[in-house]
Amino acid sequence: MKKPNTQPLSLRVPEPSGRPGDKPDFSHLKLDAPGAVDRPAVSTAPFDMRDHAFRLVRVLDDDGQAVGPWNPKLDAETLRRGLKAMILTRAFDDRMHRAHRQGKTSFYMKCTGEEAIAVAQGMILSREDMGFPTYRQQGLLIARGYPLVDMMNQIYSNAADPIKGRQLPIMYSSREYGFFTISGNLGTQVPQAVGWAMASAYKGDDRIAISWIGDGATAEGDFHNALTFAAVYRAPVILNVVNNQWAISSFMGIAGGLETTFASKAIGYGLPALRVDGNDFLAVWAATQWAEERARTNQGATVIELFTYRGAPHSTSDDPSRYRPGDEHEKWPLGDPIARLKQHLIALGEWSDAQQEAAEKEAVEQVRAAGRESEAIGTLGQSRPSVKTMFEEVYATEDWRLIEQRREVGV
Amino acid sequence: MSEQQHTYTEADRADGVEPDMVDQNNAPASDAPESPAVAPMNMIQALNSALDVKMAEDPDVLSFGEDAGYFGGVFRVTDHLQKKHGLTRSFDAPISECGIVAAAIGMGAYGLRPVVEIQFADYIYPAYDQIVSEAAKLRYRSAGMFTSPITIRSPYGGGIFGGQTHSQSPESLFTHIAGLKVVIPSNPYDAKGLLTAAIEDDDPVIFFEPKRLYNGPFDGWHEKPVSPWKAQELAQVPTGKYLEPIGKARVMKEGSDVTILCYGTMVWVSLAGAEHAGVDAEVIDLRTLVPLDIETIEASVKKTGRCVIVHEAPKTSGFGAELSALVQERCFYHLEAPIARVTGWDTPYPHAFEWEYFPGPERVAEALKATMKGGR
Repeated sequence: MKKPNTQPLSLRVPEPSGRPGDKPDFSHLKLDAPGAVDRPAVSTAPFDMRDHAFRLVRVLDDDGQAVGPWNPKLDAETLRRGLKAMILTRAFDDRMHRAHRQGKTSFYMKCTGEEAIAVAQGMILSREDMGFPTYRQQGLLIARGYPLVDMMNQIYSNAADPIKGRQLPIMYSSREYGFFTISGNLGTQVPQAVGWAMASAYKGDDRIAISWIGDGATAEGDFHNALTFAAVYRAPVILNVVNNQWAISSFMGIAGGLETTFASKAIGYGLPALRVDGNDFLAVWAATQWAEERARTNQGATVIELFTYRGAPHSTSDDPSRYRPGDEHEKWPLGDPIARLKQHLIALGEWSDAQQEAAEKEAVEQVRAAGRESEAIGTLGQSRPSVKTMFEEVYATEDWRLIEQRREVGV
Repeated sequence: MSEQQHTYTEADRADGVEPDMVDQNNAPASDAPESPAVAPMNMIQALNSALDVKMAEDPDVLSFGEDAGYFGGVFRVTDHLQKKHGLTRSFDAPISECGIVAAAIGMGAYGLRPVVEIQFADYIYPAYDQIVSEAAKLRYRSAGMFTSPITIRSPYGGGIFGGQTHSQSPESLFTHIAGLKVVIPSNPYDAKGLLTAAIEDDDPVIFFEPKRLYNGPFDGWHEKPVSPWKAQELAQVPTGKYLEPIGKARVMKEGSDVTILCYGTMVWVSLAGAEHAGVDAEVIDLRTLVPLDIETIEASVKKTGRCVIVHEAPKTSGFGAELSALVQERCFYHLEAPIARVTGWDTPYPHAFEWEYFPGPERVAEALKATMKGGR
């Protein structure tokens, strides 16, 4: 027999604080003041630092000063390198987004507003460490000096594409630069990063792994499997969750972000968690360094939630004006990572508006030069690898099926 | 269920059970005080020996899976490996098939050669995305920058009263995927040689082990006691290293009337079925489904002019459909009868109706006779 309730049951579906036409509302965010969060010793037991999963590590204050225990005290040259890599990343994004509009490629994804994450982390870790990125960590390659022209060749699937026209634009791959082949199946790379780190530990190696996943994809089982394995085998890996608030059109609440923080997912697995202002280059740097030291000293994995905002559409196939307030990005309370690092360098007396302008111009020039080089080879459809290569590298050695099918194509 | 290992007891005798019907403990071959060059082994011992020999030879080979470490696996295939090779080389994994395969992919990308055990093929589905979208595609999508030289072992198939979650034959879910190799041995000799080759292979290999054959060949006459492997020539296994090539079929029995294409447990059922029908069948154990030994198949069907395909998996979109299409494409003008398929039914694997579902020698014999008459 059915048992009566005092009131009828109702299904709850989370909704964001604003939709198109609404004023952006970030009043629900609890943001710690810059410098307010303590820096635990790297050897702290996860249980003893569980509060960090609910705080927000910030270093840069509103005046561009670096404050508090997480200040990594970077020298001006490192800061300038970081700023320039972020500027270049944004210039690259702008150019390739335009290239899509101009019909030169089929697809592009910008990382606007999230540049500090991949750039800082790409600078801290070595190319010998392995990064398992999502599609929004182009800054990792750019910070490491990967040739822009090769990125473009990949985006154009042209004859010089390092991965031979096999993947959707922006799904780069470079073993040499510590950049694992990107998968369009979300979340799969996280447990792979754990496996890679386990292998490094198994061999008594010095190298560590680092992975990224979006807030939305943390709902995939792969993420949770990864956390279990990372904890059980104490894998030397940094597990980043880039919480940019939006998974295409679904706000982070659809992935469970209203119930708890993404960083706090680590607690149940017995992993340490840090929650960090992802638009603060110095905070990203400091937290990553903390996790790096933990991994390199055989104390295992750290989960870092990088709290940020996806400034651009999900991809060139997306129109955010249909699901979120148009000026939400402008109103993001944690600002813009490039503007904030610029302000800091100026406050230090190590940078100026004129230098910024020159750096931006130089970045545009650098991208333009690479663009000319790549477009001379060809944009999508104008140039491509030999059709014969379609049948290569399915296996180490082609079997009879592939040989027959290649002949059928007539190549 | 044959998960538990038994020794023959007085209670068994009181139940009217013969000693041969009870699984005996499987002492790993590596425990023999002085290894002779060749020793009789069952499938489990042969697989264990392959892992043992490869792990001794190559420090980059490691093995892990659910219950596969200290305990040595529910079927004992990884028995003693931890004790002999160390905790980090043969260890237990969380109950997370996705995590197991993903970790192996990461290790493979690093440069190791992991061998993972999925406890039953029926449990492989949580790992399907990692296998299909990742392991199978790494080489291609990175233009060879990253590869996945991993081996995924898993017991598959029915005949052990395992019900629908311990009896399935999901091979065609993997043969359909570009980038994977699919290997299924039918006897101890091939099991060791092929597993060794799979571990050395630079591409991901799905290695299905017919669990009904682990302890002895099973010809499908389920009322009869199982004969032990030691009586079989293919159970005389070298204790050292050897490879059986991936992509090469084994002609189990030459014949002139009809070609039977089969693999795994069905090899023995097919041999029994041919004998029962009194037909001079050529029985081909495919051994690897991908890559397929098309030359051997083509030559045989052109010789016999008839073809019967036998597998345990359901009929629709089973690997038999692919075989049938290939034989038709290549041997049509040599065929004297329609190609016949003897397969599991298009139902989930039914516990109480095991022997109605499981393709037995009677059904094989019927198909052979019908094919000899020129079709149904």
